[in-house]
Amino acid sequence: METQPVTPDQSTKSTPALSFNSVSKTFPDGTRALDDISFSIEPGEFVTVVGPSGCGKSTLLRIASHLEECSSGHYTIDESSIGYVFQDATLMPWRTVQRNVELIAELHKIDKETRSRLVQDAISLVGLSGFEEKYPRQLSGGMKMRASLARSLVLKPKVFLFDEPFGALDEITRERLNDELLRLFQHEGFAGLFITHSISEAVYMSTRVMVMSARPGRITHTFEIPFAFPRTHDLRYEPEFARICGEISHALRGEQQ
Amino acid sequence: MSTSTETPISSELNQESVDRFRFSDYFGPAVVFGFFIAVWYLLANVILPQQKRFLLPSPHSVLTEGFFVWHSGTRRGLYPILMSLWDSAKIALIGLLLTIIIGMSLAIFMSSRRWFERATWPYLVAIQSAPILALTPLIRALIDGSTKQRLLVVVLIAIFPIVSNTLFGLLSADKSQHELFTLHNTSRWTRLTKLQIPSALPNIFVGLRISAGLAVIGAVVGDFYFREGGVVGIGAQIDVYRARLWGPELITAIILASLLGLVVFLIFGWIAKKVIGKWHITTRGN
Repeated sequence: METQPVTPDQSTKSTPALSFNSVSKTFPDGTRALDDISFSIEPGEFVTVVGPSGCGKSTLLRIASHLEECSSGHYTIDESSIGYVFQDATLMPWRTVQRNVELIAELHKIDKETRSRLVQDAISLVGLSGFEEKYPRQLSGGMKMRASLARSLVLKPKVFLFDEPFGALDEITRERLNDELLRLFQHEGFAGLFITHSISEAVYMSTRVMVMSARPGRITHTFEIPFAFPRTHDLRYEPEFARICGEISHALRGEQQ
Repeated sequence: MSTSTETPISSELNQESVDRFRFSDYFGPAVVFGFFIAVWYLLANVILPQQKRFLLPSPHSVLTEGFFVWHSGTRRGLYPILMSLWDSAKIALIGLLLTIIIGMSLAIFMSSRRWFERATWPYLVAIQSAPILALTPLIRALIDGSTKQRLLVVVLIAIFPIVSNTLFGLLSADKSQHELFTLHNTSRWTRLTKLQIPSALPNIFVGLRISAGLAVIGAVVGDFYFREGGVVGIGAQIDVYRARLWGPELITAIILASLLGLVVFLIFGWIAKKVIGKWHITTRGN
């Protein structure tokens, strides 16, 4: 790695990369998906939202990325570069890893030379070097997700939105990818908004965890996660880690009743 | 980095799709062929009553009187049959090309305009099931020249599978793949060329294969109803043999017409494998 890792506390606390100001969303059928959501994320912050299924976590991301409109309130996001990682890898099966990672740069009409340099960087950053010419069907689930990550990394986004990206992976692959993503986070210093069902994943990855309730989707608790970076796997077995996980779990259970 | 431990789970898939001789690939068709010949002999020599056996000559007389006679008279022998076959093949291929251009344009337009899809769909289905025989007077009245008339028959018979499969394929891209393109403000054209058409390719090739077979049928049917002058397609030739009760020639012409259909089908299968074989695998539950 050639660049100095940026640790979250070193980052400048100037304009938030993403901020929501009493954003609400009601679907046409009357479901109140989001209710008065306010928060902001600055560069170098990694914020995770946990909550029961169907509480509107994904809707939050979809609004942030303009895939959906909010019903009221307003929000700002650093438009210059948004990275979005979907629940599934959404690779194009007819493209090789190389060409898949290239896609977004291609959509932004970046010239071929710059493109291939950016693609090489992104591919080696996610550890897929040597697999450039493979097709998605030849990759394991974890490797597909890496390729998907690399694709979003190419344009070096300042805001990164993750919609439960590791939900479908097995525990071991998932934890390994958690470490990889944390490393990328430190390296790139983006602002992250991460959705997950897994409490330990949330605590391990984040600088802040927000607990959401279902119908209406509302942020009920916010936990600051005090652990310093870089975080290592052993952190998962520390008492303090367990204690925070427990607190979040209680907060979630309170919500589900 | 911990990636070295993670290997692609299915790198063997590559080897599997490599062409190699497998006995079972040829054994099955050979057995069916043998069975077919046996049934033919049985029909020609045992089952058909004596006075009707002229309708179906035995396989060996088809070979000796149909395939092995090069040219005799104006219409007898393999040469005139091959000439008409070539004439029909040209009509089938040009007609197929027209069908592909018209059919795919229609499908692309239908995929982008819901109202257009709704407006045209019933009529495409109707064309597919319309008896061409009933349309022949109309076609003859509207269009001059047997070539154009035959091409129209080919297009009418072959167009439906291309349109329906292409349309289905164009609409088959994942919602999240579409959203990826939406996130980056992609133009309609880019979405079509970089997402919808590639993901439709497997379906397009299915449609192509079916339409290719139908184009051959269309050409033969067209020959039956629209002919002029001395050069005739295989369909017209078959009709002449039928009328004159030339059994071996009739069967030879029918076999060659079927072979044309088979060859066209195989060519499109081969093209499909070349184009999408690397990334697309048809799944068969085994």
